[in-house]
Parts: sequence; structure tokens; C-alpha cells
Amino acid sequence: MATGIKDKVAILGMGCSKFGERWDMGAEELMVEAYLEAAKDAGVETSQIQAAWLSTHIDEQSVGKGGTPLSVALRLPNIAVTRVENFCASGSEAFRGAVYAVAAGACDIALALGVEKLKDTGYGGLPTGQPGTLLPQWGANGSAPGNFAQLASAYRAKHGVSKQDLKRAIAHVSVKSHENGAKNPKAHLQKPITEEMALNAPMIAEPLGLFDCCGVSDGAAAAIVTTPEIARAMGKKDIITVKALQLALSNGLESMHNSWDGSYFHTARIASKRAYDEAGIKKPRDEISMMEVHDCFSITELVTMEDLFISDEGRAVHDVMDGFYDAGGKVPCQIDGGLKCFGHPIGASGLRMLYEMYLQLQGRAGARQLKNPKIGMTHNLGGAPSMNVCSVAIIGAQGA
Amino acid sequence: MTQPGVGITAFGAYLPRLRLQRKAMAAANAWANPGIVAQGKGERTMANWDEDAVTMAVEAARDALPAGPDPIKSRHFVDALFFASTTMPFADRQNAGIVASALSLPEEIHSIDISGSQRAGVSALIAAAEKVKAGGAKAALVASGDRRKTRAGAVQEFQYGDGAASFIFGNENVAARFLGSHSLSIDFVDHFRGEGEEFDYGWEERWIRDEGFSKIVPRAVRALLTKTGVSAAAVDHFILPCLFPKLDQQIAKMCDIDPAKVRDNLGATVGECGTSHALVMLAHALEDAKPGQKILVAAFGQGCDTVLFEVTDAIAKAQPKNGVKGWLARRKEETNYMKWLAFNGLLEMEKGMRAEKDNKTALTVTYRKRDMLFGLVGGKCEKCGTAQFPRTRICVNPNCRAVDEQKPFSFAELQGKILSWSADYLTYSQDPPSHYGMVTFEEGGRFLSDITDVDIGTIDTGTKVRMSFRIKDFDDRRGFRRYFWKAVPV
Repeated sequence: MATGIKDKVAILGMGCSKFGERWDMGAEELMVEAYLEAAKDAGVETSQIQAAWLSTHIDEQSVGKGGTPLSVALRLPNIAVTRVENFCASGSEAFRGAVYAVAAGACDIALALGVEKLKDTGYGGLPTGQPGTLLPQWGANGSAPGNFAQLASAYRAKHGVSKQDLKRAIAHVSVKSHENGAKNPKAHLQKPITEEMALNAPMIAEPLGLFDCCGVSDGAAAAIVTTPEIARAMGKKDIITVKALQLALSNGLESMHNSWDGSYFHTARIASKRAYDEAGIKKPRDEISMMEVHDCFSITELVTMEDLFISDEGRAVHDVMDGFYDAGGKVPCQIDGGLKCFGHPIGASGLRMLYEMYLQLQGRAGARQLKNPKIGMTHNLGGAPSMNVCSVAIIGAQGA
Repeated sequence: MTQPGVGITAFGAYLPRLRLQRKAMAAANAWANPGIVAQGKGERTMANWDEDAVTMAVEAARDALPAGPDPIKSRHFVDALFFASTTMPFADRQNAGIVASALSLPEEIHSIDISGSQRAGVSALIAAAEKVKAGGAKAALVASGDRRKTRAGAVQEFQYGDGAASFIFGNENVAARFLGSHSLSIDFVDHFRGEGEEFDYGWEERWIRDEGFSKIVPRAVRALLTKTGVSAAAVDHFILPCLFPKLDQQIAKMCDIDPAKVRDNLGATVGECGTSHALVMLAHALEDAKPGQKILVAAFGQGCDTVLFEVTDAIAKAQPKNGVKGWLARRKEETNYMKWLAFNGLLEMEKGMRAEKDNKTALTVTYRKRDMLFGLVGGKCEKCGTAQFPRTRICVNPNCRAVDEQKPFSFAELQGKILSWSADYLTYSQDPPSHYGMVTFEEGGRFLSDITDVDIGTIDTGTKVRMSFRIKDFDDRRGFRRYFWKAVPV
């Protein structure tokens, strides 16, 4: 009988590069930037790393295929390096690999590193790709914002929300993230915006305007994990352990079966329930101190509040407008600026979310430090509402 | 002498939704050619960027074919297909084969492309009638579509239209009896388009009018009347696509046909739809015609093809779903001449880097999935009854999961409903914003579908749609285009 991951693995150290338009650096250099911070934080030498996981999504634009780019960039000691790719949830997937390896006893110290170099395409927004040989022959001609924008019409229809009210609520989602991002020196976008700016921005994909979309950024993030026992033996205090790591993937129901109404993430509801069970959380609205969710688009964040069972179904618009998820609210969300402002170097994003939760839990988040958080949750999603990969991770102080 | 038992049993048409206003065309071109303002009256049909001769012919055939949710079964009776056009998308790949696949026609049919002149459409009618008459087919489908290309500002750009028509020939429930045909083959080169050329090259109009139309057409018409033993006075509808004003009436007169019997050539509302135009006019005539009336169709083009029909009592039951009149009523005025130029490849538009993606098509996949891609055929689980798209080996119903239980199930003729949608300005589209959404079907099944023939701000959750066979993508590097189905708001 599986006993779950709770408290079996500790985060020894984390690092995160500055995100943004890193014209000065390629993926190789970004990996080193994130890794050096993580290694210093962990207090380990490269020779102590016994296995590594590398996450990148778009291999044509980043470092190419395979695990060798990481092995070469960090001059790893000929250890196993596995490259993982699971859409925008790839970073969480790398973390999962490293954590499970430690939990299995296969190694003492493992590295998870995610990176993406997106600003070498020559144009703004996410690069376009070829999703196999069949889908281009029939799949709708869309982009990421248009795919996620689908949520808006279905959510309006289901909950009877007017276009204007929903637009204002998602504008607030972005205003809040910009406010937070302005306090984060590593964030891609560090300027606050007003609700009016969000409402009047150029349309990208109805109803999502420019400020409803996250930044497309270069960056890398890393985690070094071990067992709590080893961490303690290494002299670590305030040990942060993994409470839950869950991944749920679509199996075609949303895209092919009429039981899904298009207004929510089927996978997020499943992954979050499993994560709460694994972490022993009964009332997430009361027990989660803070969270980083996959706010690739403002509408994604809004419906996710319900899919994580923090807001009741149909109530996210009200909670958002009431400031429940603002920095001073009950469950601060995207306290580092989120994908929206910290940025979204795809392969790194899942690890970047954990980085913020880790800093907050250790009281090292600087100007944006929250008061005494105990439990941090990350939600990392890849794909589109009708077909996706959803990761939910929960970390906290050991014993919390 | 009549030919009892052989003739048109059903017919249909298709006209694209957009109607380019000739006044707008004239305003854009008058700087270079002040005389062009004389052409600035009425409107012409304008194919959407994702329509071509094949897709329009498919729509016209759907208009003609019997209604029914399951085209695989209801169209099984068709055993021959004649596709006529001079603007076929493929020079070597049977275009009729694409039409057949899109219509889910049986593979056991005789299919042919008929092209090469402006009378190809009427040639196809004659070929189909003769084939049925000879016992070579029981139900021969004629489908014709044309989207003729001219240079920007050409007079023909004003005069032409885009459209399609379709007819089924058989020997049961004949609505318009085939009385006979007569053809002349004369290499009179009024215009030509050489191999690899994009545009036609035409000779002097007065010569075409006086030496061409005025001499060749009457000769063919008179011969047809003599051959069929029908008097000129008995002709109730005279159809002759002709761009010279009133020349059709003068030719009728030359043949002793009452000029009042000359059919409206739809020049003010449609324009001349190339080799399909005589067929569009014939469909239009059949929408008006009374039992016992005779319809004479003539088409000029390196000679002349003529054909004579007699309408029967069955005409009332043979009416199309929309017909020319129905499609004429479904219209949207277009006044943006720039858009016209862009849709017709007459202007090099800035497309952005997103348009650089390689649209190379894996033909092995296209073949393997041909019923899905061309016929919009998914699956229906025999065990739980769930319709699904695409067809897969394991049923999508979470309470079923039966393996290898899905039978082919077509979604092409089902009405769908929009569950969610967006209008996307980021992705490259020839007609931004790209509209798409989750389209669901009451019978079960759904997929994220492109939405076409749509205006910004006119759709929402719950909007009803029909499916339409369209161009999905162009592969300009290889001269290929791929097709798939899109949702069109009803």
C-alpha cells in the first residue's frame, strides 16, 4: 500500500535565475545561474549530486533533446541525467523525478533543473510547433491564449456571469500579480498596472487582452533534494519537506465526451484532491497559507481557484474582487508575481513556483515576505483546458 | 422525341456568403482606370479564403443530395461522379476524388475531372446524362465549382463570381428529363491560360462577340432543336452565360427563341461563375420551372455545348435544401477591396513569423485517416452508443472503455452547438481573428473546431453551427493544400 510522499524528502537548496528577456544568456548559462544559487543554498558540491532531472518543453528553441545539455553545462560527474517534458508542467515533472529518486532510496542527493530559452524566436509570444503528423491536419488553428480563452465563454454561460464582470475580475487577477511582481527583483515584469490598463489593452484572444497573458521569458530554476535525515545531518534548520506531489493527465474526456462543460479543469480537481489527501489537508481554504498557480492567463487563474477547492464553484469572481487572493488576503496567490510577472520560461516554471514557496516558508522572501506561512501549494498546468497535464505540489515546514 | 426515364433527379447550388460590392471595387481602381466606374454596380460573390472549386462543389452536392444524418448510407446509391472546373486545385491528383471523399461517396464509383474550357460544366451534364442513358451508371453526380482568378482591376474581376452547382442524373423520379444534346468543337481562342500560368490572356471583345458567340452558339442551338424535334417557340427557359450585355437575347432571337425566355444571368448579384455558371443558372431555373417546361442550356467555349431538358411533375419534390435562392439570401456585403486582394493572392500581405510554420502534410497519415479528414467520420461505440470524434480503439465514455467496438459515424451532416469559443488575434490566419471553439453534437461527440464564415461578436455559447468542408492550410512550398471541416454559424 502506497504511503505517499509526505515528509519523506526535504528541499536542501533552491536557486532561480533572473527571469526575463535574457539577451545576454543562452539556456546553458541560465542553467548555471540557477544551479550555482541552489548549490550554494544547499551547501553541496557538484560531486555530491547523484542523479539529475532536466526539464525543457520546446527543444527546438532551448537546448535540444536529451539530458546532456545539463550534464555538460554543469560538468556533472557522469551521473544519470534524465530530460523530462510534460508541456508547461515540465518543471514539476523534473522535481517529481528527483524527489521520487530520493524517496526510493536510489540516491541521497538529487537535482531537478528546469530551463527555457524562449527569446530566440524572433517574435513575441510562445513559439509555434508541429504537434505530430495528424493533429495539424484537423486541429483548430489556435494559440495558447485562444485555447485558454475558451474557459471564459463556458464559465460565463455556466455561472451566468456577464462579459463585463468577468473581464473586470480577470483584470483584477493581473493587477494583483503586477503589484506583487513589482516587489520581486528577479521578476520579468516589475511595473504595477491599473485595472483600466488591463481592461483597455489590445485584444490577444477574446476576451483576453495583453495584460491577461503571462510574460514569455527566459530563465532557469533548480532544486536540490535529499532526505530530512541527511538535511539535518548537514546542519540544516527550518527544514522544508514535500507534503504532496500529484499529477493528473487528461485522457480525452474533456476534448471528446460531452460530460465536460468547458468551464473548469477536470484534471486540476483530481490532482488537488489527491494532493490534499496525500498531505492530510482537510480544509484547503483554511489550511493553505499561500500558493503559486499556473496563471498563464488571468482566466486560468480565476477558474483554478475553484478547481483547487479554495473558492466555491461559481464564487471565484467574488473572492478575486474581494481581494481574497491579494498579498494582504487570506490566501495570497502569485506572491512572486506569478507566471504573469515573474515570467514563464516553460521548463523552469514549476520549479520557480516551488522556489517562491520555499523562500516564503523560510522567511527569506524580502519585501514580499508573508507573515508566518506554514503550507505552500503550487499548481502547474500544461496543455489546454480540453487536454492537459496538471501538477499540484504541497510543501511546508517539517512537521507542519 | 423525348428520352423517358433519364434526367435530373436532384439539384443544388452553392454561393459563398461574401458579396463584394462593385462600387467599392471601382472606387479602388478608378485612379488607374477611370472607365472602370461603369462596372461599379451590383455585387459579386466572393469566396472566403478557405474556399476553392472543390469545397464549393462539395457544398453544392450536399445541397442536392438527399437529406439524412448518415451520408455513408444515404449517398451509397451514387455510382458516378463528374467534377467540372477550370480552377481545379490539383493538376495531377484527381479533384473528383476529393469531392467524393468529402461526400462520403462509396469507393466503387466512376469519377472523372472535366476541365479545359468554359463549357466543361455543361459537358459534364451531357456526359452524366449519356452515361445513365447507356446504362453505365444508375445515379451520376455532377458537381461543378469555379473560383476564377484575374489580375487586380481587370474588368473580369468585376464580372466574375465564385460559385458551384450540382446535379444528380438517374432514371427514377426524374424532375427534368434529358431530351438531348448537341456539341460543336471549334478551336476559337477567345482566351486561354497556358500551363503554369496564373491568369487568362484574352483577345478583342468585339471579335469574340461577332465571330464567336454570335456565330457558334446559334449554330449549336439550332442543331439541338432540330435534333430533338423541339420547336424554338417551345423553349421556356434559355440559359446562356454571356458577359456581353443583351447578347444572350440577340442570340435567342437569332434562334427564333423568344428573348423574354432568356434567363437572368445573375450578373447583378453573383457574377459569372466560370464553367459552373451555366449550371448555377440551370439550378436557378429549376427552382422556378413548372412541369412541362423546356429548358435549353448553352455554354460557349472553343465551340459550344447545348443540352435540352423537360421539366416533369417530380420537380416539386426535387427542390434543393437551399438552392440558388437560398444561398443568395444568405449574404454579407463586403466593401473592403484590400480583403478581396488578400483572399485571392493578389497582394503580398505581411503575415508575421508565425506564418512561417511548415505545413508539410504527411500523406501516409492523410490516407490512413481519410474518412476522418475528408468525411468527418468518427466512431460510434456499438456497446454504449457514444458517438465520438475521432474514432479510436478504446471508447472515450468513462463508464464503457470498450475496445474495438466503434463503427464509422459521420458528423458531417449533424448540427452542432458552440460550447466555448475565442477569437484569436495571435495565431496566424488569412482572415483574423481566427475563430475556433469546442463544438458539441447532440448525438454525442465534440471537438475543438475552426469556425469560418463568422463575424466578430456574433457567436457565443449555444450558437448553432453546421459543418462545412474547407481548406485547412496551404503548403505554398510544395503546392499542396489540405482540407478539413469547419463550423459555420447557422
